[in-house]
Amino acid sequence: MTSATESQESNAAVVWLPRAIFQAFLDLLSADGYQIIGPRIEQGAIVYAPLERVEDLPLGWTDEQGPGLYRLKKRADEAAFGYVVGPHSWKRFLFPPQTDLMRSKQTDEGWDMSPVEPADDKYAFLGVRACELAAMEVQDRVFMTPMFTDELYQRRRSQSLIIAVNCTSAAPTCFCTSMNSGPKCHKGFDLALTELTGGFVVEIGSELGRRFTDRLMLVPVTTQREQDAAAAQQQAVDQITRTLDREHVQSTLKNRLNHKRWDEVAEKCLSCANCTMVCPTCFCSSVDDVTNLVDEEVIRQRHWDSCFNFDFSHISGGPVRDQTRSRYRQWLTHKLTHWVDQFGTSGCVGCGRCIAWCPVGIDLTEEARILCEDPAVPEEGQP
Amino acid sequence: MNAESRPATLACHPWVAHVAIVTEVRSEIDSVATFRMRFRDPEIARQYRFLPGQFNMLYLPSCGESAISHSGPPENSGEDFWHTIRFVGRVTDSIAKLKVGDQLGVRGPFGSAWPLDACRGRDVIIMSGGLGLAPLRPMIYALIAQRESYGRVVLLHGARTPDTILYPEEISQWRDHGIEVELTVDRASNEWDGNVGVVPLLLDRLSNVRPSETEVVTCGPEIMMHYSAVSALGRGIPETSIWMSMERNMQCAAGLCGHCQWGPWFVCKDGPVFRYDTIRSLLKVRDL
Repeated sequence: MTSATESQESNAAVVWLPRAIFQAFLDLLSADGYQIIGPRIEQGAIVYAPLERVEDLPLGWTDEQGPGLYRLKKRADEAAFGYVVGPHSWKRFLFPPQTDLMRSKQTDEGWDMSPVEPADDKYAFLGVRACELAAMEVQDRVFMTPMFTDELYQRRRSQSLIIAVNCTSAAPTCFCTSMNSGPKCHKGFDLALTELTGGFVVEIGSELGRRFTDRLMLVPVTTQREQDAAAAQQQAVDQITRTLDREHVQSTLKNRLNHKRWDEVAEKCLSCANCTMVCPTCFCSSVDDVTNLVDEEVIRQRHWDSCFNFDFSHISGGPVRDQTRSRYRQWLTHKLTHWVDQFGTSGCVGCGRCIAWCPVGIDLTEEARILCEDPAVPEEGQP
Repeated sequence: MNAESRPATLACHPWVAHVAIVTEVRSEIDSVATFRMRFRDPEIARQYRFLPGQFNMLYLPSCGESAISHSGPPENSGEDFWHTIRFVGRVTDSIAKLKVGDQLGVRGPFGSAWPLDACRGRDVIIMSGGLGLAPLRPMIYALIAQRESYGRVVLLHGARTPDTILYPEEISQWRDHGIEVELTVDRASNEWDGNVGVVPLLLDRLSNVRPSETEVVTCGPEIMMHYSAVSALGRGIPETSIWMSMERNMQCAAGLCGHCQWGPWFVCKDGPVFRYDTIRSLLKVRDL
């Protein structure tokens, strides 16, 4: 904010957070009742987990990614956010892998059935990338529809504080520029950080975010730092090499349901469901009953499921999609085209997780490209 | 149909069931029974309404949940609603053991309905196979209740064998209420002197069809519905006048769990009743 004068400081939209007081910022979040969730190293990967200290962050580490490849490497510096994305996404806090939905208790009048009230968790998500902000907006459309709303999702989403981080580097698996979802954070955050040596350029996205920058008495950034931040953000753009022709795929893939490529990809695909577990937008779930030993109290429990699981499409006659071919087709066509019909947005945000975490390195951008090339023969069953 | 014209699903929380009490169990054909039930809470019973074609999720704690269509009169409230159930799996086998006075959980109603408005003033051809007659029965009750509001009404129903024809006594009564009925079976027995063959053949042979004045509704095995539509198209009935009720795995019934997806549709909330022109291309794709 070059134009900011002292009297306008409190209205500045971009301020400087020195690394030296980053811990004070985290302490302020905790003091305000937020549980901080951010990047930590666990089992050789950067995951999202509770943290309190700056030292909990993956200082000086980055990730090396490719199809079927994810490795941590040391950086030359002590950057806190110098990695791209790992196997976790924020959906595991907004749409937890396992949730209790309803409780049935045996009483004198018979069953008493009541909703399980969602825990009143208040999260501060630290380190949310642009593609992950986009993924949250995608899941908003899934879980908060005009007809039905997932209460747990809505509650956690509405009371979460979102501290985004602009990417300053990209992985070979990234293609957010193709999906219009990054790498720069434009909206959907309370604060957005760009990490530079010695601190962070902080964009203020909400009044809630401003409360923290005001209480820390942060001052407007210098022109030099603002330029440095822009250059760091541009570095991420320049590093992105992977592409997906979003609009072409959206309009074409739904007409390629009988393409021979589905058979070819099915020869490689293990139907392991990894891609759906790491995907920040995949929302499929199943419900099961968990009961105490005397059947007096039964909890209806929801857990993540995947369209790659054999039983997922089970009806009385058996699974509808009993081939890997049809299950991969369901996932890819849903993600890239039918999602648009259902929710008015693509289900893919270009984060590349499904490429890195596929054990056999299947690349959805490559599959989509091949499937949407001009077909040699018209297909039967085209709409 | 649009969501606004549907009866409200009970409770804003789509996952929470309400307790219902079984009031009557009527054995139908082999492994099939109709359960009449009412909600235990009188206020919920009073509020509850459904449209023909909609379904409930029936829940037995520690066993699970199953999507079952309404098969009773749509003018009834939650004081008295009916479900005709075939015992084919873990949940329905346990429902089979329920007796009068037993309790279960019910969520609903969910899904789209048969196009009664589109049928008003027009001929209606109902094509059902096997247990597919059950989700159509509320529609038949609605047609009979306002018989003068509709043109010719024909039921074309098929079963595997004569002793698996659902609701045989009622079918006779429907004839008395101005519904033409043609039955067919896949395999005849000694006592059967009626038609033998598939349901679409009944439409192929039906006389005096007025294609532009007719709506066709069909429910049964997917292959049977597919060929019923082919037959209807062959008789000159337009795609936009053919309706079918699809079956897919349903768990949440609210479009949140993903199981019932079929191309762009969630069968639980966009269906189960679809107009043929919106699903024609999907029906042709195997394992979709």
